[in-house]
Amino acid sequence: MEGQVVSLASIPTPNNGKNLEEIMQQKAEHQGCGTQGGSGKASCGSGAGQGDLAPEIWEKVKNHPCYSEEAHHHYARMHVAVAPACNIQCNYCNRKYDCANESRPGVVSEKLTPEQAAKKVLAVASTIPQMTVLGIAGPGDPLANPEKTFRTFELISQTAPDIKLCLSTNGLALPDHVDTIAKYNVDHVTITINMVDADIGAEIYPWIYYKNRRYKGREAAQILTDRQLQGLEMLTERGILCKVNSVMIPGINDDHLVEVNRAVKSRGAFLHNIMPLISAPEHGTVFGLNGQRGPSAQELKALQDRCEGEMNMMRHCRQCRADAVGLLGEDRSAEFTTEAVMAMDVQYDMESRKAYQALVEQEREATAAAKRAELENLAGEYSDVKILIAVATKGSGRVNEHFGHASEFQIYEASSEGAKFVGHRRVDLYCQGGFGDEEALETVVIRAINDCTAVFVAKIGGCPKSALEAAGIDAVDRYAFEYIEQSVIAYYREYLDMIRNGDLVHNQRGDAQIRQGAYTAA
Amino acid sequence: MTYKIVASQCTGCSACEPECPNQAISEKNGTFIIDPVKCTECIGFFDEPQCVAVCPVDDTCVIDGAYPRYSA
Repeated sequence: MEGQVVSLASIPTPNNGKNLEEIMQQKAEHQGCGTQGGSGKASCGSGAGQGDLAPEIWEKVKNHPCYSEEAHHHYARMHVAVAPACNIQCNYCNRKYDCANESRPGVVSEKLTPEQAAKKVLAVASTIPQMTVLGIAGPGDPLANPEKTFRTFELISQTAPDIKLCLSTNGLALPDHVDTIAKYNVDHVTITINMVDADIGAEIYPWIYYKNRRYKGREAAQILTDRQLQGLEMLTERGILCKVNSVMIPGINDDHLVEVNRAVKSRGAFLHNIMPLISAPEHGTVFGLNGQRGPSAQELKALQDRCEGEMNMMRHCRQCRADAVGLLGEDRSAEFTTEAVMAMDVQYDMESRKAYQALVEQEREATAAAKRAELENLAGEYSDVKILIAVATKGSGRVNEHFGHASEFQIYEASSEGAKFVGHRRVDLYCQGGFGDEEALETVVIRAINDCTAVFVAKIGGCPKSALEAAGIDAVDRYAFEYIEQSVIAYYREYLDMIRNGDLVHNQRGDAQIRQGAYTAA
Repeated sequence: MTYKIVASQCTGCSACEPECPNQAISEKNGTFIIDPVKCTECIGFFDEPQCVAVCPVDDTCVIDGAYPRYSA
């Protein structure tokens, strides 16, 4: 334990960080709480006084990797797969398909009993001290397995009271369980809402199981949307923080999600996470088999940008497995099989966890300070130019990953406003091939970051560097081990200077592909 | 008659188990089975057999022709 507490440099994590005040301020400005009339953001929506994203809300989300983009660079989460049953069928889900190498919701390697889950949580929390959040996200619907779900929460709240509890549901059974959710101090709930119009719902959900009956088509979708919105209202009335997940399905609900965004905002949702449809044919889902495509990276970003005027958007979701363990973007679930966990002699040491987390906070502060300093250099600049920059990182908010080892790139948008995290791209097939795999470089990496002007890496070989240059992407290693946001702003400033000096002509980059299929990172 | 679960189709999700009004469903080797002595096809309880209604995989909970039709 002590060894882990000593060195922050050894944190196998991503990062970034602004200090709390800055974040608070930013949220207030950005969201226009109470100051921008009708279009104040969701967290300012209800009548619970001005500036609802008040300290108590920030306090709830600041170390939650799935609710705070900033936190996801520093803090880890885990899901326990205690809830296999589901009460609805979605066209993007196939429960028969299961694979250890897949990183998708609904996929797990093994189911756990609540007792096994509680032991696993202790084992993981002892090994990964920055693990602050336990979620139940299936692989079915947690509220279609209420006994198992709540028993798990009960056990964990007894043995590891510092861990935050959350759950993710389709919402059908939600109104029946709101009081129990409140009773177990579950303070984060995610509801997947893909539509508020039953005609659209009928294209997404073939059936639901409700009050001992199977409903189909429009009737099913109407019941589902009514229950989802009712559940959302009931939760927010009780002060439980709600995030809404939506799957973007081009041609079916893409435009409609703007309406969904308004509907959930007005009912008090705090954050909206629009995710791309995953529909590879080999997954055997209805959408996979009927050729329904997912969105491109720019289609997804454009929709997220459209909704951002209305409320906070989440862009760092990795659509993880129902038994994921670790930081978002990494998956350490293979280290914690039931067999391994049961054999572990677990010592839960809350003090050493606290000490470690205090170091993480220092790192967050340092990252924030670096960004602030760099932003001052940008002060007074105004430009319409916006560029995207891909970053290879393995944590702590630094450019600290080798190009060839990256299993994903984080995407930052640089503008005269500063640096903003806008997404991430998986490239895990390339790293499987190792360095110098020309074909994988072309097909995977360049397609994934084709909309970026530059890629920041800790190190890069000559071959990939030239291939990237040929594709018009600047491979940059001069910010190795520096803070990401500071580096992005510095690069952007130089970029503007070069345009001004006539050394460079700014070109709009094309689109990029969102990769699907097996997660094969080692 | 009674319902049975086609083991090769069953995902082991357990959705059917708590829905059965006769407690006829239990787990066996990772998938679920229906006790033909207890199954009443949900007659007298619900309009449709609950295991069929909740099962995520079509044609997994099916009539077992080996048994006579249930009569209340």
